[in-house]
Parts: sequence; C-alpha cells; structure tokens
Amino acid sequence: MQAHVLEGGFDNHAVDSSHAFRAVMTAMARPGQIATLQGALPPAPLSKAAGVVLLTLCDPETPIYLAPSHDSQQLRDWITFHTGAPFVTAEAAIFAVGTWQDLPVSAFAIGTAEYPDRSATLIVECESLSNTGAVLRGPGIKDQTALSLPKTDAFQSNAALFPLGLDFIFTCSDRLAALPRTTRVG
Amino acid sequence: MSDYNFAYLDEQTKRMIRRAILKGLAIPGYQVPFASREMPMPYGWGTGGVQVSAAILTPDDTFKVIDQGADDTTNAVSIRRFFQKTAGVAVTEATTEASVIQTRHRIPEQDLRDDQILVYQVPIPEPLRFLEPSEVETRKMHSLEEYGLMHVKLYEDISQHGDIATAYAYPVKVEGRYVMDPSPIPKFDNPKLEMAGIQLFGAGREQRIYAIPPYTQVVSLDFDDYPFQPTKADHACDLCGAEDSYLDELIVDDAGGRMFMCSDTDYCTSRRKNGHVGAQGVPFKEDAA
Ligand SMILES: [Zn+2]
Repeated sequence: MQAHVLEGGFDNHAVDSSHAFRAVMTAMARPGQIATLQGALPPAPLSKAAGVVLLTLCDPETPIYLAPSHDSQQLRDWITFHTGAPFVTAEAAIFAVGTWQDLPVSAFAIGTAEYPDRSATLIVECESLSNTGAVLRGPGIKDQTALSLPKTDAFQSNAALFPLGLDFIFTCSDRLAALPRTTRVG
Repeated sequence: MSDYNFAYLDEQTKRMIRRAILKGLAIPGYQVPFASREMPMPYGWGTGGVQVSAAILTPDDTFKVIDQGADDTTNAVSIRRFFQKTAGVAVTEATTEASVIQTRHRIPEQDLRDDQILVYQVPIPEPLRFLEPSEVETRKMHSLEEYGLMHVKLYEDISQHGDIATAYAYPVKVEGRYVMDPSPIPKFDNPKLEMAGIQLFGAGREQRIYAIPPYTQVVSLDFDDYPFQPTKADHACDLCGAEDSYLDELIVDDAGGRMFMCSDTDYCTSRRKNGHVGAQGVPFKEDAA
C-alpha cells in the first residue's frame, strides 16, 4: 500500500460528512441543482465530489462497482482504506462509479416491487456539469430546470420504471447534481 | 461535546440512516426500512424524528422543535437541548430563523422556505395498518397500488357520520403513487404538505423513514361528492385574532369559560409582537412573554 492511500480523507469525519451529506441530500431532493463539495482529495481519476460522496455514504455494508474507467489498484486501495466497502460486479452493487460510457447501466439492481429502495445509486463522472441541456420536471423541481445529462433516452426509460429504477449522482471536479428516478426528462 | 459522537449517533449508523433518507427522497411517500437505534429517550418521544435529525444536522444549523405547535413542552425542550449539546447547533423558537424544524403533530403556520427542512416524529408510519395488521400484506398492497380498502374506510365514515370523521393522520397520495400517513397532524395541515422545504418522516419503533421532496404533489384522499376539507375550529384566536391558524381550545375557569388560541405558539407570539390583539388578548409586552 502506498503512503498516499492514507491521505485525502476527511479531516474531521463526523463534521465534514455532515456537511457533505446535507449537500448530497439537497441535491437528491432538488434534482438538477448543482452543489459544491469539500473535504476529500481522492486519487485520480476519481473526482473530488465523487470521493466526498463515497466517504459520506459508503462502508462495509455498501458494495461498490468500479467501471473500467475508474478501476485502478490505487483507487481500490484508497476506497478500501477510507470506507471498507467491498468491490463487486454491477449486479450486486449498491453504489457504482464511472464514466457514462463505461457504466453497464442495464446491469444494476432497480429494486423490487415491494422494496423499490433496494436499487443502485450510480455516481457518473462527467467532463462538464451545468444547468443547460435536457429539461427536467418532477418532484423537487419548481416548474422546470435543465441539466447537462450525458444522454436523455436512458433517463427517460429509467423514469418509466418508477417506483423502481436507478438514482444518479453526476459529479464533475468538486461539484455534483442528482437525478432520482422520479425526474421526468423532456 | 467531546464526550459524545457528533449528534450522538455513531458514523456507521448515520450513514445507514442517510442512505435511507436518499432512497426516501427518490421514492416519495414510500416507507424505507432502517435499523432503528436505541436513543436516550423513550419511543413516545419521537426517537424516529430524533434519528433523522441526528443524520442531517450540521454544526451550522439552527434547530427548532415543536410539540403540537409549542416549543416549550418537556418533549420539545429535551430534544432541543439534546442536539444543542451533542451537535453544537444553535436553537430557536422562531420558525423563520430555523434551518431544521423537528415536529410532533403540526406543520408551522408560517410557510417554510426552500432552505428549511421539516422532520416529523411518526408513531405509526403505515396508513394501511388499521385495515391490515400484517406488514407482509401491507407491503404487497403498496406494491400493487391496492388502495381500495382505504377508500372504503373513508366512505364508511361518511355513511356513519355524514362526513369524513378522520381528523388527524388523514391519508394522502404522494405524486400519484404511494398512499402515505402524514403523521398525526390535523387535516387542516394537509394542504401545507405541498411546500418549498424538504420533509422527512422518521418512525423509531416501526423502523421506517419516508420523505416528500419540495414541490411534490400531495393529494388528500377524497371523493367527488365529498371533497377533502381542511377544517379547523370556526373561531378566531382569542390572543392574536388570527382567523387562518389552527386553534387549540382551552377551558380557562371553573364556570366552563373557553378560549381559543393558536396551536403554533411562535405564530401567535409573532402576531402579537406585530400588534395584533385577539378578543381576550392584551397588547404584547416583552416582559410578559
Ligand atoms: Zn394566535
């Protein structure tokens, strides 16, 4: 294990993660709203925002799938040291991290009729993130908003699965936005 | 503060609750199971709400707790002090100053802003429980959107009482999908469930968390010939004169004298500070507060 694997975590885990969670929660409650996060310095190619999300939500109870874009030994070591989360196939993952191109979206758990919450949350690393592009409507959104989604039809199909479906967090550098299954992508 | 975990709960428990909250927000009105922890207070004191608050509070928050609209009951004071001590939050009794409000049985009269969060203490999260005691069955009913029995029960009210008698915990349908128990708020509060703030619901004993994101459609169940009506006592507040607030009725003397006053004490006090005086009220003085 390289020494820098030990670095880049939260300085004060309880307080840093409380701020980070509020940002993530607000993002999930208000689809399309972009938040800036602080506190983690993960090894490349993981973005700061994606690192903060993993530190805040993941532990030995949450198996993670790393897409080929993010599956390096260095990143595995960092996640293992800071969260203890095991690495699994897409089918078994609670969280997944990767670029849109590299995430096998149709392989993840979408929940069951009686437990729609047993579904994966995908952290999609993006080159840009802005309130332009696809029009979003639905819970959490007053009237409508817009977000630079990597695609539109995949998110339309996902919303059609409601109450089943995947939930997405888009990350770019130190910023993120979320798209739960309830959001209607126009 | 250093003798405690931040906000009392350990980090792994908070992560588990935080993940449940996110799924709750993604599936509005659906009850997410979570592993409720023992809290240093009895279940009747809102341990579900307390655990949700513990998972969302940051040291920058200003926290308010209301119990049936009042900030000064033993329950409300205890929970406020608990987070003041364990999370280092500022506390307030003013709705407009709070960033997080934990509530038992009321929604504040003052409309919440989009930077405010309302956390409900929930005793029985399952709206179908009194129709069907089995959790396996109610879960199946939700999955199949089998809500006919709920309508039958409300309609029986009408045939027996000439009106829908359910006055508290009046069931709602969220975003056209899940029927949800809004906790024992008076049905007067139901229209306020569509709001700008985030609403989170925690049931400790029953181990359920659910949520309503801002601007989510929340419809009280009703019938074409008996539309939902958010009723309240047909009276004005005797202290502040408000005609738009939910009222508590108080017996004030042995002769059976009655008085109506706002159940939301901060709303009433704010109005009195602004010079409003009800039929039995006296002008507000800072010392008298
Ligand atoms: Zn009043």
